[in-house]
Amino acid sequence: MTAGAPTRDATMVTVRERTPDTRRRWSADDAFALALRLASLAVLAAVLLLIWQTWLGSRPAIQAYGLRFLTGTAWDPVAEKFGALPYVVGTLVTSGIALLLAVPFGIGAAVFLSEIAPPRTGAVIAFLIELLASIPSIVYGLWGVFVLAPFLRTLVEPWLIKHLGFLPLFQGFPFGLGILPAGLVLAIMVVPTVTSVTREILRALPDSLRGAALALGATRAEAIGVTLDAARPGILGAVILALGRALGETMAVTMLIGNTNHLSWSLLGPGATMASVIANEFTEAVGKLHLAALFEVALVLFLVTLVVNAAARLIVLAATGGRRDVAGAA
Amino acid sequence: MNSTIRNGLAALALAATAVAPAGAQQLTGAGATFPYPIYSKWFDVYHEKTGVAINYQSIGSGAGIQQVKAGTVDFGASDAALSDAALKDMPRRVVHIPTVGGAVVLAYNLPGFDGRIQLTPELVAGIYLGDITAWNDKRIAAANPGVTMPAAPILAVHRSDGSGTTNIFTLYLSSVSSRWKDVAGAATSVSWPSGVGGKGNDGVAGVVKQTPGAIGYVELAYAKQNQLPMAFVRNKAGKYVDPSAASVTAAMTGVAAQLAKDVRTPIVNSPAPEAWPISGLTFLIVYQDTKDAAKGLALARFLDWAIHDGQQYAGALGYAQLPEAIVKVNEGTLKLLTGGGKKLMAAANP
Amino acid sequence: MSRGRPDVVLPAGVHWRRRVANRVAIGGCVLATALVVLPLGLLVLRLLESGLHGLSLGFFLHMPKPVGEPGGGMANAIVGTLIVVGIGAAIAVPVGVAAGVYLAEYGREWLSGVVRYTADVLAGAPSIVVGVAVFGLLVMPMGHFSALAGGVALAVIMLPTVVRATEEVVRLVPASYRQAALALGAPGWVATLRVVLPAARAGVTTAALLAVARASGETAPLLFTALGNRFWSVHLDQPIATLPVMIYDYARAPYSDWNSQAWTGALTLLVLVTVLSALMRLATRNIR
Repeated sequence: MTAGAPTRDATMVTVRERTPDTRRRWSADDAFALALRLASLAVLAAVLLLIWQTWLGSRPAIQAYGLRFLTGTAWDPVAEKFGALPYVVGTLVTSGIALLLAVPFGIGAAVFLSEIAPPRTGAVIAFLIELLASIPSIVYGLWGVFVLAPFLRTLVEPWLIKHLGFLPLFQGFPFGLGILPAGLVLAIMVVPTVTSVTREILRALPDSLRGAALALGATRAEAIGVTLDAARPGILGAVILALGRALGETMAVTMLIGNTNHLSWSLLGPGATMASVIANEFTEAVGKLHLAALFEVALVLFLVTLVVNAAARLIVLAATGGRRDVAGAA
Repeated sequence: MNSTIRNGLAALALAATAVAPAGAQQLTGAGATFPYPIYSKWFDVYHEKTGVAINYQSIGSGAGIQQVKAGTVDFGASDAALSDAALKDMPRRVVHIPTVGGAVVLAYNLPGFDGRIQLTPELVAGIYLGDITAWNDKRIAAANPGVTMPAAPILAVHRSDGSGTTNIFTLYLSSVSSRWKDVAGAATSVSWPSGVGGKGNDGVAGVVKQTPGAIGYVELAYAKQNQLPMAFVRNKAGKYVDPSAASVTAAMTGVAAQLAKDVRTPIVNSPAPEAWPISGLTFLIVYQDTKDAAKGLALARFLDWAIHDGQQYAGALGYAQLPEAIVKVNEGTLKLLTGGGKKLMAAANP
Repeated sequence: MSRGRPDVVLPAGVHWRRRVANRVAIGGCVLATALVVLPLGLLVLRLLESGLHGLSLGFFLHMPKPVGEPGGGMANAIVGTLIVVGIGAAIAVPVGVAAGVYLAEYGREWLSGVVRYTADVLAGAPSIVVGVAVFGLLVMPMGHFSALAGGVALAVIMLPTVVRATEEVVRLVPASYRQAALALGAPGWVATLRVVLPAARAGVTTAALLAVARASGETAPLLFTALGNRFWSVHLDQPIATLPVMIYDYARAPYSDWNSQAWTGALTLLVLVTVLSALMRLATRNIR
């Protein structure tokens, strides 16, 4: 049976039989579906255009360096030697730190706001947290340099060096600027995304879910656990959004990461990310190869984003067992 | 209902864009951040005087040059002069017009120490090469007789972003240390052998201000604003000079003959007795021939005003005025400007 | 009935452990919220501390002045931000919501998998790369910077947030709503537009606001598209001043007067977005 309107999914049924002697006419439903598809293609187009422009700009560098670009660690605009490995590592590490901190705290906060707090209070605090997404990243950077960095330099980093200094992760001189502060600020910047979206998802789940759990004798925390489980695919979506923001964040990271292209194990030392090196050097790059190398870093960032997102997708698939719809309760 | 609000806003915006008022000449320029304060002062004063609106945005020297190349702006501004290779890259011939000078200073943070610190060129290079790591190193003590230097480690702060300030500083280091020239060279961004990077002049000043033992190179105005002590550096003539607008002007005078031949000559390490050794000029980059004659004329008139009347505003903002010799060089350059083939300056100065 | 994990009835003897776990979990959530709000609260306090005293009517009405001259304001930047963000939202919100609805309703097609994936990739694009790409696509052909190009760059940045968040909330509207509409004889598109989407109204608004809030603070994409303007301009095809760019310029300068105006500008931006969000929330409030 071919329906006149496209089939949604298993739980949706549209009843429009096509009788053999009717010519298939373009229905309003088809027009609507087409409009939606075109909008989605716009998203595709945006990414393709971005990648195309980036690739165009990076051609001279691709020709000059080939694959050595990905494994090289030198970044010397004067000698025109460019290698992007330290930046790739820096991006992955800072985003990793950001997610490690933002996800548990963000979800915890979202749970509090939607399940535990009185509705009015929850709404107000959620509103405030959303607004914080609008603070320009340069303000986060300024705050980081003038408030966070001294705090880390005088209190946190010496403590880390003293107690966890046996790990290569925490060795070195307390600068206040470096990979750890950058990761921390990133975490603060992506937390509103995690919290807001998770809260919306939790609020959208039917009350019957919690009601049923509680009726069966669950404690409040256990009922929350049930809700979280139902919201899992959506929450993972929120986390991926947050990851995206962390990977591409420029200004605040640039101001805090200390900017060096030397690879080191220590989280307390300076580093650099792909986004930060582009932001730092793009507007001042005069040499053709220098500019092209920066474009190529952007291209590599796209590649990394592609790979990381593919991996995240696979994790989502595994976590939800392929199930994508949730809570069909009436 | 929210779509109504949105529609309303869109209608408002559209209405506001109705007709562009035909009016006085409008020019757009982009480039260096270093001269932004003085340029914004100049354009404001000039607008009031003549009604010509010149919109300048400080997106960076390199970006400014890119925009000139792309033709999206009427002029560019750069702290680093274009190399011969870069000049060849431009679609048409461009000229450099130095507008003001600036001093790059070495600001430091040594709490509890309020003496004066003297550094020789070799010491400056040594600190940034990572050879000298403590303030009480024998070599620093040798340049500061009778002063007890504190036993603190030195943290050499550099610029993480590309900048004209770095260009001036590394030009200086390359001219006083052949080892520096081999290891890192001179450019708006280089590969720094050691130290930590801060973003922007304000970033470097911030790091120095917050980190005991730090030393960083910044423009004079930033050291002053953050009340950071500045090192005295020995110039080519052997004198320990303290950075100021006057010492930069002296540096310009010391290299005047070379500047007359090529206005891009670096003014670091100038031989004049009172010269500040780490000085630099900032340039406006303009096409020698402008396609739009009216715009070209407006620009030429402004440039003429800037190198003469505009100079009086430089000192108050911490910039160095151009000495007479350089003004003469600029006048010569301006005479070369043409609009659609016809010489502009004749029309500008009847 | 809940599709979650089947509920377990624990024997009476373990009761205290569940009680403790309950307390710990709830306490953990409170702590998490406190830790999330804390740095954000500190930030806002710092903003208020540094920016409040500069907030005057003059700040909103006056044009920027050169250094050292008192009484400068950011009038052109405030209007410019509204215009550029407005253009961005006008493009990104309809397109993004439509794409989000597509992903939620047609989630099993191969195209939707591709779109979802590309939206996530787009979310990770550094804003400066977006600015440079739009420069190549719009500014170069036009031959000059423009507010329009700035709006387009912001739209690209807003798009992924709107798309993915819309998808997640629309997906959660119970199937029964849609089925009821269809059972009453509505065509598919009416069911989607008039029943499902309004039910997800609050969530979609949040998605749009989140995107607008983020985009209004972006600096890097505007540097190469809208550029900036010291003078008053509301023309879509001319460079235009915006708050983030002006804040960026003033924050980097060595003049305390400008630095403090930068903080005031940041505070203004926050206030602007707050007012906008409040209006939107009021307009789409769910009256149950």
